[in-house]
Amino acid sequence: MTLPPALRLREVGFSFPGRTVLAGLSFDVAPGEFVAVLGPSGGGKSTLLRLIAGLLPPAAGQVLVQGTVVAGPRRDVGMVFQKPTLLPWRTALDNVLLPAGFRRGASAGERTRAEALLAAVGLGDSAGYYPAQLSGGMAQRVGLARMLLHDPDLLLLDEPFAALDAMTRERMALVLQKLWQERPRAAVFVTHSIQEALLLADRVVVLAHSPGRIVADWPVPLPRPRAPETMATPEFNALALKLRRLFDEVAA
Amino acid sequence: MRAAFARFAPPLVTLVLILGAWALATGPGGLPSYLLPGPWPVALSLWNGLVGTGSFWPHIGFTLTSTLLGYVGGSVAAIITGVAAAESRLFERFVYPYVVAVQAAPKVALAPLILVWFGFGLASKVVLVALICFFPLLVNTISGIRGTDPELIEMARSFSRSRGFVFLHVKLPAAAPAIFAGLQIGIVLALIGAVVGEFVASDRGVGYLIGSATVNMSVTTMFAGVIVLAAFGMAGSALVQRIQRRVVFWDNAERHIVTPQETA
Ligand SMILES: Nc1ncnc2c1ncn2[C@@H]1O[C@H](COP(=O)(O)OP(=O)(O)OP(=O)(O)O)[C@@H](O)[C@H]1O
Ligand SMILES: [Mg+2]
Repeated sequence: MTLPPALRLREVGFSFPGRTVLAGLSFDVAPGEFVAVLGPSGGGKSTLLRLIAGLLPPAAGQVLVQGTVVAGPRRDVGMVFQKPTLLPWRTALDNVLLPAGFRRGASAGERTRAEALLAAVGLGDSAGYYPAQLSGGMAQRVGLARMLLHDPDLLLLDEPFAALDAMTRERMALVLQKLWQERPRAAVFVTHSIQEALLLADRVVVLAHSPGRIVADWPVPLPRPRAPETMATPEFNALALKLRRLFDEVAA
Repeated sequence: MRAAFARFAPPLVTLVLILGAWALATGPGGLPSYLLPGPWPVALSLWNGLVGTGSFWPHIGFTLTSTLLGYVGGSVAAIITGVAAAESRLFERFVYPYVVAVQAAPKVALAPLILVWFGFGLASKVVLVALICFFPLLVNTISGIRGTDPELIEMARSFSRSRGFVFLHVKLPAAAPAIFAGLQIGIVLALIGAVVGEFVASDRGVGYLIGSATVNMSVTTMFAGVIVLAAFGMAGSALVQRIQRRVVFWDNAERHIVTPQETA
C-alpha cells in the first residue's frame, strides 16, 4: 500500500458572503514535498491555508490531511500566519513554547529545543523580549520558530517572510530550507515572491483571482541544497521568467 | 530630583493659587463663613477630626469598610458574570440586552429601596456599593473578552489548544486592560455609593458626618468631610492604577480610559 498524500484538496470551494473566494480547487501534496503557492493579492491564499488548517470549513469539496478529512485543527498541522500573531503578554521564548503550554507546561527538552529554534532563526539573544520590543521581521521569525516547535507533519506558511527586508528574507528562506532538509515534510508555502518560491519549492502552484483556481502547477527541478548561487543559474532564471510572464497574464 | 520637581511644581503652583483665591474670597469683605468657610478653619476642623479629638476615625472606618467590601464583592461578581456571559451565546441573546438597559439606569436611585431591604447598618451600604460597581465592570469584562483579536484565538486554535487554554491564556489577558478600566471606574463609583447610602440613612460614616454637619450648619465640617472623601478617591484610584501598570504591563493604558457614561 502506498502512503496517502500528505494533503489532498478535492474540488474545494469557499465563499465569504457575497464573494466566491475559491472554486473547484484540487491538488495533492506528497509526503515530504515542498509546494509554493503563488497568486495575486486577495486571491484567496490565506483562506486556502485556513481551510487546510481546519480553521474554516470548506463550502464545497473536501480537504484531506494524511488521508483523513479535516474537521478542525489537528496536531499534525502547524501554521505560520501572515501577521506575527504573538501574545503581547508573553516573551519571545514563551510564545515559541505556546504549543507546549509555555515554559511551565513544557518539558526540559522542549525548552532546549525552543531556545535552539530561536537561535536558528537568529533570535538567540532576544528570547526574553516581549513582542512590543521586536521588529515586525523578528516577530515573524518567532512565529516560524513556534510552528517548528509544534513539529507538524504538514507545514503551512502564509507569506512568513513578507515583512522582512530582502537580505534577511533570503537568509530566512535558506534557514527554512535547512530546517526542512533536516526533517523533510510536506509544506504549503504561500508567497508573492517568485524568487522565494523557486529557492524553496519542489513544485510551484499558481492561483488566479476571483475565484481562486489553479492556472499552473509546475515542478522545480533544481538540485538541493539551493543557495544564492542557484539564483544565478540559467535554469533558475528561465523558470523565473516563465512564472513572471504567467503572473502578468493572470494579473491582467 | 529635578524630574520630580518638574513634575510636582506646576500642580503645586495651581494649589497655592486656589488656596490664595479661596482665602481672599472668604477674607474680610468676602463671602460669609456660613456659606463658604476659609481654608484655615477647614484645615483646623480636619486636624481636629483626624488628630485632635480623632472624632472622624469611626466614620472613616465605617465608610472604608462598606466601600471596600462592596467594591471587592461587586467586582468579583462582575468579572465572574462577565466571563460566563462572554462565553455563552444563550446569555448574550437572552440577558445581555437587559444588562445594557440596567447599566444605563442610575442605580443610586435604588438606595432607599436597598435600605428598606437590608436595614440601616453596614449591609445595605455594602449592597449598594456592590450594585453600583457591578455594571460598568460587567460591561467592560464582556466587551474586553469579546474584543480579543480573532487572529490570536485562531492562532491558538491552530495549535490544537483547548478552549480552556484559549480562554485563560488568550482571551482573559486580552480583556485585562478593559477589566482594569472597569475597576478604575468602579473604585470611584464605590465611594459615591457608600456616601449616598449614608446620606439616605445611617448613623455613621463620612457621608453621615457631612449630612449631620449640614443639619447643624457646620460648613467647615462638611468641607473637611469632602476633603477626606476626595483623598480616599484619589488614593483608591492611584492604587488601582499602580496594580494595573504591574499586571497589564504590555498595554499602554491611555487607549483604554473608558468614559464613564451614566454609570452611578
Ligand atoms: N473574514 C473575511 N470576511 C469577508 N471576506 C474576507 C474575509 N477574509 C478574507 N476575505 C476576502 O477573501 C478574499 C481572499 O482573501 P485572502 O486573505 O485569502 O487573500 P490572500 O490571497 O491571502 O491575499 P494577500 O496576498 O493579500 O494576503 C479577499 O477578497 C478578501 O477580501
Ligand atoms: Mg494572505
